[in-house]
Amino acid sequence: MKFTIGWLKEHLDTKFKDNQIIEKLTDVGLEVESFEKVSSDLDYFKVAKIINAEQHPNADKLKVCDVDIGEQNTVKVVCGASNAKKDLLTVYAGPGSVIPKNNMKLTVSKIRGVTSYGMLCSELELNLSDESDGITELKSNKYSDKVGKNFFKNNTDKVIDLSITPNRPDCLGVRGVARDLVAAGAGKLKNISNMKIKNSGPQKIKVSITKDKNQDCTIFGSCLIKDVTNKESPKWLKDKIISLGQKPISAIVDITNYVMLDLNRPLHAYDADKIDKEIIVRNSKKGETFEALDNKEYKLDDDMCVISDKSGVLGLGGIIGGTRSGTEFNTKNILLESAYFLPRSIRKTSNLLNIDTDAKFRFERGIDPQSIEIGLDRAAQLITKICGGKVSKFDVQRIGKVKKNKIKFKISLFEKIAGFKIKDKEVIKILIDLGFKVSKKKSELELIIPTWRPDITQPIDIVEEIVRIKGYNNIETLEPEKNRIKDTLNKQQKLFHFLQRSVASKGYFETVTWSFTDSKINNFFKENYKEIKIVNPISSDLDVLRNSIFPNLAFYLKKNLDRGFRDISLYEIGPIFKDNKPGEQLTVIGGIKSGKISRLNWNEQNRLVDVFDAKKDTIQTLIEAGYDRHSLFIREKSPSYYHPGKSGSVYLDKDDIDPVAYFGEIHPNIIKKLDIKTEALVGFEIYLDYLKDKKIKLKDSKSKFQFSDYQKSDRDFAFVVDKNFKAQDLIEIISSIDQSLIKSVKIFDVYEGENIPKDKKSIALNVTIQSEEKTLEESDLEKINKLIISTVETKSGAKIRS
Amino acid sequence: MSDIKKIKDEFLHKLNADLNIESINQIKSELFGKKGKISNSFKNIGSLPTEERKKFASDLNFVKDELQEKINKKIQEIEIKEINSKLENEKVDVTLPERNIVQGKIHPVSQVIDEISSIFSEIGFSVEEGPDVENEHYNFTALNTPDNHPARDMHDTFYLDDKKELLLRTHTSPVQVRTMLKGKPPFKIIAPGRTYRSDSDQTHAPMFHQVEGLHIDKNVNMGHLKGCLNYFIKSFFEVDKIKMRFRPSHFPFTEPSAEVDIGYELKDGKIVIGEGDKWLEILGCGMVHPNVLKNVKINPDKYQGYAFGIGIDRLAMLKYGINDLRAFFETDYRWLNHFGFDPLDVPSNYRGLSR
Repeated sequence: MKFTIGWLKEHLDTKFKDNQIIEKLTDVGLEVESFEKVSSDLDYFKVAKIINAEQHPNADKLKVCDVDIGEQNTVKVVCGASNAKKDLLTVYAGPGSVIPKNNMKLTVSKIRGVTSYGMLCSELELNLSDESDGITELKSNKYSDKVGKNFFKNNTDKVIDLSITPNRPDCLGVRGVARDLVAAGAGKLKNISNMKIKNSGPQKIKVSITKDKNQDCTIFGSCLIKDVTNKESPKWLKDKIISLGQKPISAIVDITNYVMLDLNRPLHAYDADKIDKEIIVRNSKKGETFEALDNKEYKLDDDMCVISDKSGVLGLGGIIGGTRSGTEFNTKNILLESAYFLPRSIRKTSNLLNIDTDAKFRFERGIDPQSIEIGLDRAAQLITKICGGKVSKFDVQRIGKVKKNKIKFKISLFEKIAGFKIKDKEVIKILIDLGFKVSKKKSELELIIPTWRPDITQPIDIVEEIVRIKGYNNIETLEPEKNRIKDTLNKQQKLFHFLQRSVASKGYFETVTWSFTDSKINNFFKENYKEIKIVNPISSDLDVLRNSIFPNLAFYLKKNLDRGFRDISLYEIGPIFKDNKPGEQLTVIGGIKSGKISRLNWNEQNRLVDVFDAKKDTIQTLIEAGYDRHSLFIREKSPSYYHPGKSGSVYLDKDDIDPVAYFGEIHPNIIKKLDIKTEALVGFEIYLDYLKDKKIKLKDSKSKFQFSDYQKSDRDFAFVVDKNFKAQDLIEIISSIDQSLIKSVKIFDVYEGENIPKDKKSIALNVTIQSEEKTLEESDLEKINKLIISTVETKSGAKIRS
Repeated sequence: MSDIKKIKDEFLHKLNADLNIESINQIKSELFGKKGKISNSFKNIGSLPTEERKKFASDLNFVKDELQEKINKKIQEIEIKEINSKLENEKVDVTLPERNIVQGKIHPVSQVIDEISSIFSEIGFSVEEGPDVENEHYNFTALNTPDNHPARDMHDTFYLDDKKELLLRTHTSPVQVRTMLKGKPPFKIIAPGRTYRSDSDQTHAPMFHQVEGLHIDKNVNMGHLKGCLNYFIKSFFEVDKIKMRFRPSHFPFTEPSAEVDIGYELKDGKIVIGEGDKWLEILGCGMVHPNVLKNVKINPDKYQGYAFGIGIDRLAMLKYGINDLRAFFETDYRWLNHFGFDPLDVPSNYRGLSR
């Protein structure tokens, strides 16, 4: 919403300085986006000083001048004036400027082989006098310190640009803005001349509003203005229109626009001679078409509110007029429309047809239904003044009545919400200034809401009116109380934050990527999840919600590889989506690691990252989060995007159905298809939703501290087992032989090859044996030794290696 | 008598020479060995007259101790010398690089979420969360933004179905609705999380982060709102004084509504929060609209309170001098390394928010 400060003062009688007005606007909730002069064409003309004037090499009568225009470097200007000489102060016009006398637009040009940047102007060219002989000479006492400054004063008024919130249609007109300022104590609202127009004769074009089922036009006011001479608008009107950054079109169009901007009263002018017999306001039928003033043809659906005549649709009510009945410079007779349309209808229709116009913007926010006549009156006055013509009586058709909206307001509600008190008298004054009709009944006010405030419907709205006009700076700052109702984080949230930092502590960089991704990459990782398309994606390569953390990690891994990084550890913790319904999402922490460990290290052997790096980071994270390593169970099953032979899944317990994590090397095919240029790539995913709550709290598990001081013994074993036999099972078999004696089982070697049958492998283990009751004798140890060997051999088919 | 002194002088002289451990052992056995000079002298005691025995024994013991001590000292010296020379040989160049360090990083958005949670925890807020995919009802209608309301245009919404019923939440405010529906007042929560708008340019990202705040009780008024935000902003920016300005604004789900600006100045091209006469808009807030309370079956005559929404990414940018919003989500390894935080650097009330 833009207007000049002078325009505002046509409605506001104020002693406030400009900056006070600006401050007040912000204080009452009309946010000032900018307050500045519109740049003028005359800004191109600068006071300049000739530093040097030399003879033009190719022309006797021309000079080449070095001109100081207040910038770092001087400019070269070719000049034919005889008075152009060193040290002369004059007026310089830069490229792009338009010479007032002849409307010639200057460009950088070559004059007889010398490039001239702009020109030095004579008084005639500047419309200052008839003096055309030589360039303007400025008096040095007045201008010597003004070199580089604008020669012409910019007389244009400063323009205020407000950002009006959707609840305040009334402030889409200058008068509404003035009214708010008045309520806030900035002055008085000026009266506007009202109903001065002399109407003569009836409005002869019949207007009817059909009583369709969802008739969204409830009032249609009109008047006929005959024998007008449409023309260019006068300067004052043009200036107003231009100052808002709009283009003047013709007096009639400019006037309707002006009234709209001034009073937020949209109007439409028809060429009355192009109307076929009568105006019918009705609902459209599917398939009807019309050509709108934006030169597009629209195909209408059922039940759109249209203004039509006997031949068809003239315009979409409250949204846009049609070309068929538009006014032109030769228009003689006009029909002026001032109507009321229901906001929801405007919004629905314009959304369906994808039209956005100023009128639509205003009607969908709510126009004052009582402004029908005043709009006609203001516009008719201006039209007859500028274009002549005779105005008919106003014809106002309506269906239903404009209701007076009333509210009962308990004054105490103000303090209850705002937290501070103001006098009843002041409350009443503010409301009256805003246009409310107020009557006081004890501690309650009976209010009639002004018809231009569709946003006010209940007592809380009145509180807002009073507090914003009174000023938010009156609200006290109360120290917050420090009582807590419940724990800041619940268990799942604590886990989230713990895992987030646990993974980072292993050398991973946390990243945050979009929740959506490229379906082409997502397809590699989506498994059995549904593809969730975004109807209106920001770009075609961000078209689906991600089914996994990996697509984006893979995408950005590639980018970082391109930047020259090789050993990259990245992770993200966030949502992945199973379906497009609320809640169909899982929180996952996903990490990837590429390249080598200990690359370019002088004392450590470098190696490629492998599945056991991913496994370590996964398992260690789970252990740090409080899960018992001995309960964790590994299976070979993993999603298809992992290397089928070098990946696995982790279960909190052997009997669990859902894995809590996957780890492994990423499938080589995917690395190839995504063209990820890395020597090795592993990854892991931990599903927070599947991580069961640890039943025992730390304070309970910590309290039981037991240990044995009896002698520990270590025994080494080597078993030859089937190649496919799982190490995890071997450890399980040994551990469960006697949990009171076998304290730990460690695998220290796995061997395949010479001396071992082809389908077998050798696993070497170290077993720690310790009793909690006594020091074990050699015979006890021998017994347990034998038991270990026999149990393993029986249960696994292994043979002890001798 | 003179024998003892002779032995003493002789051996002290020997021991003063530059000796190795073998020659010391040699000397030791010459003195204290079975046939050593001291041992022999002791054997001689019996042959002395009774009146001389005592003194002789005493003198002999004295010399014995003196020599013994001298030998021990000598051995120690040699051992130290030998160890030192061995260690000298083992010397390495300690300026060679240490073994590999792996240092991970926490994303600034996560760090700032922790900072925010820590501050609000201090004044009794708990953290709630809600789904990223919302339906139209929770995101708009229940928040007093009906379908035909132009305020919906303020949100460029991503939709997941043609009927425009399923969408990516445009703000964290639906968490308010969900929280109030599943519980009973009072409520005192914050809800940080991802939010989405189909808007993408230099200063807008299609995904960003917000933290929602909600405090509902019997007598919570605008003064409490002001106090809470004043406390938060001061704590977050870790400054003693903050200039804050509440401006009336409009959000369908709050009435009265406000936008909050904080004062800042530019020093060497950097934004310094808390001083200066420029204003920067950082959040929207207001008193929860009675319609919203009614929508979640809370009696607005009995309960009232405030809500606010703050852009987390923007807070992070202001506090840590990050210029480019888009960079937050571009996973540039160099950026993550530079702006990321050490995982051990957990913001807390007692250790302070940031180092």
